[in-house]
Amino acid sequence: MSKIITRMGDGSAVEMTDSELMEDLVKGGEDAAERGRIPMLNKEELQYLFDVFKSPYKFVSVEPGNEVIMTYDGAPIKMTRADVHMSRIQALQIYEKMFGADTLELGHIDYSYKQIKPIVGFEQPLVEQTLMVTTAPLIYGAMPNLGLYSQPDGPFPNPSELMPMGKIKEAQESYEAAVEDAVKDIVFVGGEMYESGVDGLILDTVGAAGDADVMASAIATRMLKDKYPDICIEFGMAGEFTLGMHGEMSYEGIRLAGQYAHEQVKVAELAGASLFGSVVNTNTSMSTPWNLARAIVFTKACTDVANIPVHANMGMGVGALTVNDFVPVDVISRCSKAMVELCKLDGL
Amino acid sequence: MGMAISHAMASGMGGMRAAGDLVARVQMSKGMKINEAKAYVADKIGVAVSELTDPIIMSEVREDLKIGTLHPVGSRSVKFMEAKKNMAKVLDLEINCVNKLMS
Repeated sequence: MSKIITRMGDGSAVEMTDSELMEDLVKGGEDAAERGRIPMLNKEELQYLFDVFKSPYKFVSVEPGNEVIMTYDGAPIKMTRADVHMSRIQALQIYEKMFGADTLELGHIDYSYKQIKPIVGFEQPLVEQTLMVTTAPLIYGAMPNLGLYSQPDGPFPNPSELMPMGKIKEAQESYEAAVEDAVKDIVFVGGEMYESGVDGLILDTVGAAGDADVMASAIATRMLKDKYPDICIEFGMAGEFTLGMHGEMSYEGIRLAGQYAHEQVKVAELAGASLFGSVVNTNTSMSTPWNLARAIVFTKACTDVANIPVHANMGMGVGALTVNDFVPVDVISRCSKAMVELCKLDGL
Repeated sequence: MGMAISHAMASGMGGMRAAGDLVARVQMSKGMKINEAKAYVADKIGVAVSELTDPIIMSEVREDLKIGTLHPVGSRSVKFMEAKKNMAKVLDLEINCVNKLMS
């Protein structure tokens, strides 16, 4: 019997037999189904995944007709990270003309709305000049990053220090104050960028600091949509599960803590988001088949109920992709194909 | 960049090589899901949905409609803001930078 060569979640190569492959697919899928109380993959879907991993080819793709839209996060920053130094405008021209990008995303290296606020006047000319030399839709991206609002980086007492001391009320009040400030920063920067002509905004890594982070993003999204009804806002999550760091925050009557993607998307819709970026985290100790089946169960439950387009996050460490800087193409192409075709995604 | 290129090759619409940017615009401005957005664009530019990812057909269509091509060769090739202005008309949608920077 031929061996199947694939990867573990940390990127290391692993050999599996047919039965080991199917066992991992079933167990990964069941893990998501149990956690999210959502449907497991059916027999045909498991067989599809089995065939994707059995393919002897290094690179696989979706069938013609199943292609979807690509959105990005921190696109020009990826150039800088690779030590390729050029202007951000040139980076986006390369994405548009050489990488086959459907959309462009401009972001500052200090990728948080709070950090952009004092330099927004320096970012706006760059936005305007980029618009003059590109054709694809331009999105401005940054993170809500509520972590920057607590001491020592921000003005409010640090909830992570208060909670171990039993000061739960004080920690919650700190989060509530941070939400107020973050909303002001996101709305200010977002409004300025829209006035400069961008087609949309990305709130990237929503929920990184838990439910309060989601709260700030939802309120800011609603305020921006009320002011600019035509603005496109992508609500891109940080993780598969919203941590209850505050624990009692609700948006429009929906408790934010403890949500998985199929519940998070409903908050994004209520807030007026145009696109939703779902996330499923990769477990480095488990195989790619296990991680992919798990990611598909979570993501399919999300696309089944979503009324807005869903662009699944599939970068390093999410969407079953391995947790390293140089994700192997055998993993990217298999996960890309399977996520798009089984989850009926609108984009990545 | 390996990540961006691999996804674009495995699952992307090809951006300006084909109709990826057009479908993206419709999805972003009208909130349409992927199949609805593809059908909308195909109808507006007069091609079949299956032709939206064909770079040969789409370069001719883009040139005819003056909505920008990957290689804008020639002294009066339509590109950038002018292409986006035409795109807004062809796709019947508002493009923020056209409204803000060309009004």
